[in-house]
Amino acid sequence: MKAYLTRRYIFSASHRLHADALSDEQNWSTYGKCNNPHGHGHNYSLEVTVSGQVGTETGMVCNLVDLDKAVRHSVLDRFDHQNLNTLNEFAALVPTTENLTEVIYNILKQCFHSAHLEKVRIEETLKNSFEYAGGAEPRP
Amino acid sequence: MIYLTRKCEFSASHYYHNPEWTDEQNRRVFGKCANLNGHGHNYTLEVTVKGAVDPVTGFVVDLKELKDILNREVADAMDHRHLNKEVPEFASKIPTTENIAIAIWQRLVENLHVAKLHRVRLYEMPDLFVDFYGEA
Repeated sequence: MKAYLTRRYIFSASHRLHADALSDEQNWSTYGKCNNPHGHGHNYSLEVTVSGQVGTETGMVCNLVDLDKAVRHSVLDRFDHQNLNTLNEFAALVPTTENLTEVIYNILKQCFHSAHLEKVRIEETLKNSFEYAGGAEPRP
Repeated sequence: MIYLTRKCEFSASHYYHNPEWTDEQNRRVFGKCANLNGHGHNYTLEVTVKGAVDPVTGFVVDLKELKDILNREVADAMDHRHLNKEVPEFASKIPTTENIAIAIWQRLVENLHVAKLHRVRLYEMPDLFVDFYGEA
């Protein structure tokens, strides 16, 4: 039997949305107050969905300890309480939550192999959420 | 196609133990969930059914009927119960969130004839949930 398991994590970070290729005026008209030079922050809620056969011996898709360890080590320890613009991943990429979602999906795809990574979903605020499933359509 | 989701909450206790393993193996794989005295959760179940909207009633499903099935198959069977000891499916299966979601799917799919079951989503805690779509 195939099941999908989702775990939620919280991290807090700051960012500024600013594209070097645009003029100051264009940046302001594109990003509005998110272009504030001093930056601002969010409590991000990160949902990681993995899938696989439920093990007959364990009853589990994967061991949560392994998933927690991978997310903590490769995402939370690196992103929590940081300014996203200063991280390598965003040296040439605007840290919108669209890009953040894709970056985190790609990081986890590289380092977590105990189950199939299905989807990453991030809530930036209670009003905005973003999903990335590696180019596939996220499942309803 | 319209998707309709109904929520239902239940509280239950369980433990994780594979009788074919040593105590040490059980502790290593299941951690604190292997404590044979058990522990408990407030589970939140979301059941999603799908179908066309009936042109006369405007319903995808009669909610009263869905509620009655959920009450009988889930709330009466699992609420304030010890899953390992009181729910027959878990006499031979470990009541992980994955297996509970599958057991609930199987109970519902056998009884739900008014709409097509789409998904069972079971939250063990606000930060952990399992989805099951009836896939082999």
